[in-house]
Amino acid sequence: MNDKQDWPLYEIFIRAKSGLDHKHVGSLHATDARMALEHARDLYTRRQEGVSIWAVRSADIVASDPADSDAFFEPAKDKIYRHPTFYDIPDEVKTL
Amino acid sequence: MTPHARYVLRLADSNLVLAQRLGEWAGHAPALEEDLGLANVSLDLLGQARILLAHAGQLEGRGRGEDELAYLREESEYYNLTLVEQPNGDFGDTIMRQFLFDAWQLGLYEALLGSSDATLAAVAAKGRGEAAYHLRYSGGWVERLGDGTAESHARVAASLARLWPYTQELFVDDDVERAASEAGIGVLPSALEGAFAARTGETLARATLARPAKTAFQWYGKQGRHSEHLGYLLAEMQSLHRAHPGATW
Repeated sequence: MNDKQDWPLYEIFIRAKSGLDHKHVGSLHATDARMALEHARDLYTRRQEGVSIWAVRSADIVASDPADSDAFFEPAKDKIYRHPTFYDIPDEVKTL
Repeated sequence: MTPHARYVLRLADSNLVLAQRLGEWAGHAPALEEDLGLANVSLDLLGQARILLAHAGQLEGRGRGEDELAYLREESEYYNLTLVEQPNGDFGDTIMRQFLFDAWQLGLYEALLGSSDATLAAVAAKGRGEAAYHLRYSGGWVERLGDGTAESHARVAASLARLWPYTQELFVDDDVERAASEAGIGVLPSALEGAFAARTGETLARATLARPAKTAFQWYGKQGRHSEHLGYLLAEMQSLHRAHPGATW
């Protein structure tokens, strides 16, 4: 029990309200999925931050390698025409 | 003090004493996440206790507010269940005490939803969701420890054997509860035993723990006759207020 190495790390995602997407809020240790949800509830939704929780084992996340960032992300830098910045957004659209 | 006020004060005291016990874990739980989990339960119970204490003070009609009731009563004037004043022990002891209490309190709040005392009914409505979550938390740990390693099973089985005798008091009716029940204010403790047995039975089975047999000895904490542990708890909880009356945060 004292050896926290035994408790796997989970990444926690919270949906603030229906219709919005889940946002990464942090991580925590838990022995199993059920406990991860309970800890997430206690740690990250104390102030009504959300209506839904996702917990994902950190080890199960596939991440891009920072060393590859040149090949991955540089080519997009000089393609400004891909940005949808030429549209006027109506005031009624709140959560774009 | 009328049976009505006494009945409310009993509920308040059980919550207050257990909240204080759980508060002792702050900074000492086996993991940071458990530190917060236990503190969360403690604060829920304290929130309910404050409403109940203030209500009991009003019913008593002698001008005592929640602080006077919490900080200036002696051990024999406390009417909490003997179960909740038992020491924290190891994490398994704390979890088992919590599990037994939560399974009882959830049934209690369900029954009090229909109380003719509007404040009690409101506390029950607020507390039912909180108690259901507490039971989910403590019950999950009972399962993990009971159905875990050989050591965790042996230790939590010992916790259950040690704490089970205190559950008898939860279901014995006395004059205060009979009067409160007849007035439509409260519920007879004996009426809560069925739901408690069903809830604990299910979890204990999944935890591969056997339900202990009933014991003959009966505790009377709710009548002000306590085990040796409550005095120390109150000494710690009340010392600041007694040394500095009226101190504020």
